[in-house]
Amino acid sequence: MKLKHLMSVLLAAAVAAGSFAATPVFAKESIFIPVFSYRTGPFSPGGTKVANGHVAYLKMIQKRDGGVEGVDIKFEECEFGYKTDRGVECYERMKSKGSIISHPNSTGLTYKLVPKAPVDEIPILTMGYGMSGAADGRYFPWAFNFPTSYWSQASAFIQYVGNEVGGTDNLKGKKIGLIFLESGYGREPIPLFEALGKKFGYEFKHWAVPGKQMADQRSQWRKITRWNPDYLFMWGWGVMNPTAVSRAHEFGYPMDKFIGVWWSGDELDTKPSGEKAKGYRAATFHAPGTFSDMHKDVLKHVYNGDMEAAKKDSYGDVLYNRAMFNAMLIVEAARTAIKKYGKKITGKEMRWGLENLNLTEDRLASLGAKGFGKPIKVTCADHEGSGPVLFQEWDGKQWKIVSDWVSPMRDIVRPMLEEAAAKEAKKWDYKKRTDC
Amino acid sequence: MIYREAGQIKTNYASDQQIFPIAQDRWAIYAFLAFLFIVPPLFASDYHYEVILFPVLSLGLAALGLNILTGYCGLISLGTGGFMAIGAYSAFKITTAFPDLNILIVFLCAGLISAMFGILIGLPSLRIKGFYLAVTTLAAHFFVEWAINRIDWLSDYSPSHTIGGPNRDMFGIAVMGPNADPAAKYMLMLVVVVILAFMAKNLVRGRIGRAWMAIRDMDIAAELIGIKPLPTKLLAFAVSSFYVGVAGAMYVLIYLESVDPEAFEILTTSFPVLFMIIIGGLGSIMGSFMGAAFIVLLPVFLRNLFPVIGLDVPSHVIQHIEFMFFGGLIVFFLIVEPNGLARLWQIVKEKLRLWPFPH
Repeated sequence: MKLKHLMSVLLAAAVAAGSFAATPVFAKESIFIPVFSYRTGPFSPGGTKVANGHVAYLKMIQKRDGGVEGVDIKFEECEFGYKTDRGVECYERMKSKGSIISHPNSTGLTYKLVPKAPVDEIPILTMGYGMSGAADGRYFPWAFNFPTSYWSQASAFIQYVGNEVGGTDNLKGKKIGLIFLESGYGREPIPLFEALGKKFGYEFKHWAVPGKQMADQRSQWRKITRWNPDYLFMWGWGVMNPTAVSRAHEFGYPMDKFIGVWWSGDELDTKPSGEKAKGYRAATFHAPGTFSDMHKDVLKHVYNGDMEAAKKDSYGDVLYNRAMFNAMLIVEAARTAIKKYGKKITGKEMRWGLENLNLTEDRLASLGAKGFGKPIKVTCADHEGSGPVLFQEWDGKQWKIVSDWVSPMRDIVRPMLEEAAAKEAKKWDYKKRTDC
Repeated sequence: MIYREAGQIKTNYASDQQIFPIAQDRWAIYAFLAFLFIVPPLFASDYHYEVILFPVLSLGLAALGLNILTGYCGLISLGTGGFMAIGAYSAFKITTAFPDLNILIVFLCAGLISAMFGILIGLPSLRIKGFYLAVTTLAAHFFVEWAINRIDWLSDYSPSHTIGGPNRDMFGIAVMGPNADPAAKYMLMLVVVVILAFMAKNLVRGRIGRAWMAIRDMDIAAELIGIKPLPTKLLAFAVSSFYVGVAGAMYVLIYLESVDPEAFEILTTSFPVLFMIIIGGLGSIMGSFMGAAFIVLLPVFLRNLFPVIGLDVPSHVIQHIEFMFFGGLIVFFLIVEPNGLARLWQIVKEKLRLWPFPH
C-alpha cells in the first residue's frame, strides 16, 4: 500500500516538474518550418497523407538543392491529433524554435492562430481552407489563403455546373443541394450558395451531418433523395466522405451529379466504393498522379527510387500532392523573401515573401511542376491569389482531371469576401491597411 | 515534526471555523497563492501561459463546477461542454453588445445565464438518477451544440459561426483580445478563479454543502432529516452551471480567443473535465485543480520528456504512447486510489503529521 502511494505521488510530481522543461536553441542560416500534423485522432487517415507529402517535399528540396537559395531548411513535425489545445502547444513550442510560418491544416487551430499571427509576427497560410475573410489582405495582413477561398470555390462550382447545363442562365428553376459536415468549415459556403441562388434563380437546400453521424448519414440521404436535387455538392472531411459516396450509391443518387469540395476528393474517399463511385467528381487546385518532374525528384531523393516505400507513404495520392503543393508554396514564398532580405529571414520578412509571391507559368515549369498547378500571384490586397479550380473525376480506379480551369465569379465573390473581412476585422479592432 | 498542530489552541469560534484551521496549511496556501500571483508574471513565457497556465485555470474552474454537482451532490453530468458553450456564447454576446461593460460583470452575467439553463436541465433530476440523469445532461449538451451550430444570431452572423474575445481593458490595461499581455490575462483569470474557489470552499463546508452531501450519500435519509431534495438539487445544478459557465467564458475569451462550435465537442470538453475530477478527486475543491493540472500537464510532460532524455521519437508515436499511458493511468487510479490525487495529498499530510516518529 505504502509503495503504491509513494509511486503515485512520485509520478504526479514528475509530471508537474517535467512539463516545465524547455527545448530551445537553433543554428544560423537556416529557416525553420514547422509541420503541424495529425497522424493520430479522428482525421488521421487524411492527416497522415498530408504530413507525408509535406515532409517529403521539404526533404527533397533540402537534398536536391541544399536548401532554398543556400539557406538550410529545417523542419519539425508536431503532432496535434486535430485537437486545438494540442495545436496551441505545438504552435508555442515551434514559435520558441523560431518558426517563420504556421500552416495548421485544421480549421479550429486556424481560428486560434489568426488573431495571434500579427502579435507574434508569424504569418499564417491556410491553403484553400480556414477563414474566407482572410482573402482580404487589407484587413488581415498576416493571414493568407491562396490559391483560393471556400467562397471562390463555391462560385466556381456554380459556374462549372452552369457550363454543364448550357450556361448559368439555364440554372433557373434547378435544384442544388449541399451536404456538409456540421462545423464552421462546413457552414462556410452556405451564404454564397444562397446569394448565387438569388442571382441565378436556382433552389438551394442544405443538409448538415453532425460529427456523430459521419459514418451513418442515412437520414440525410433519405431526405436528399426525396428532394432529388439536380446537383449535390459536398463539404465533408474524414470518414464523412467515403460514407457519403457509398450512401449516394446505395440510395441511387446519380454519381455524376455529385461533386465534392477539395477535402472530399482523395483516394480515401472513393476507394472503398471502387467502381461504384465511378463518375463522382471533386474540386482541386492541382493535378492528381505522379507525372510531374517534381514527383520524380521526390521519388529519387526522398525514397531513393524505391516506389514501394513511396507508395506506402501514399505518394501521388491527392492529399499527398496537395501537401507537396502547400510545401512548394511555402518554400517559394521563403525564396522570395530571402532574395529580398538576405539569408536570415524572420516571420515578418516571410510575410512579405508570401504577399509578393508570384508563381508564373515559367517558374512552375522550372520547379518541375508544369501542369501540376496554376500560376499564383498574391498581392497585398488579394491574399487568395486568382483562384481558379479544376475538377477531377473518379474513374473507378483513379482520379482524372475532367475540366479546364474554372474561374470563380470574382465580381460577385470579392465584394462578399471584403464585407466578411471587414466584419471579422471589427471583432479584433483591425484597421484597414492604407498601403494597398 | 514540522507539520504538527500541537499547541495551536483555538480560543474562539472564528479561529475554529476558519477555512484552514491548521496554521501550516494556512501558510502553505498563502505562500502558494503568493507564488501564483508573483512568479508567473515575472518569469513565465508565452509557452507557459498558453500551454499550461491558461488551460489549467479555465479547465480547473470547469472541473470545480462539475465537482460541485457530481462530487458533492452526487449528480452525474455529461453536459459540461454544453454549459461551457452557454457561458462562452453569452459572454461573447454580452461583451459585443455592451463593449464598455466591465469584463468581470460580463463573466458574472455569463455565469448567471448558464446557471439559469442549469436549473432547467436539473429539473428532471428529482425523478431521474445515476446513468439516466447522465443521459439527460448529455441531451442538454447536444441541444446546445445544435443551437450554436444553427442559430446565426449567437455568433453575430459569422459565416463560420466563430466567436472570439475582442479587445477589452480594465483600469486602462488590456486584459482580453490579441493585443493583451498574457500576464494581464493571467492575472484576470487567476483573480476570478481564486475568488470563485474560495466561495466554493465556503459553500461546501456550510449548510448548503452539507445538504448536498447528505443528498449524495443517501437521498431518502436526507429527506427524512428535513432537506428538500428539489431545491437542493436545483441549487447544485445552478451553482455548478454558474462555475462551468464562467469557466467556459474564460476558456474561450481568454485562452482560445477564437473558436467555432466544434471547440465544445463532447470529447474535447465534457469527458476531459470528467476525467479531471475522477483523477483529481471527487468531492474536493483542490482536487479539481490538481486533476486539471494533471491532465493538461501529462501530454506536455511526455512531449518534452523524450527529447530531454535524448530519444528521437516521432511526435505521433509520442501521441500514441500518451493514449496508452493515459488509459493505463485512469485504470491505475480507479483501482489504487479511487478518490484521486486529493486523497493522495491527504495521505501525504497524514504521514507528515507523524513523521519522523510513526507508531
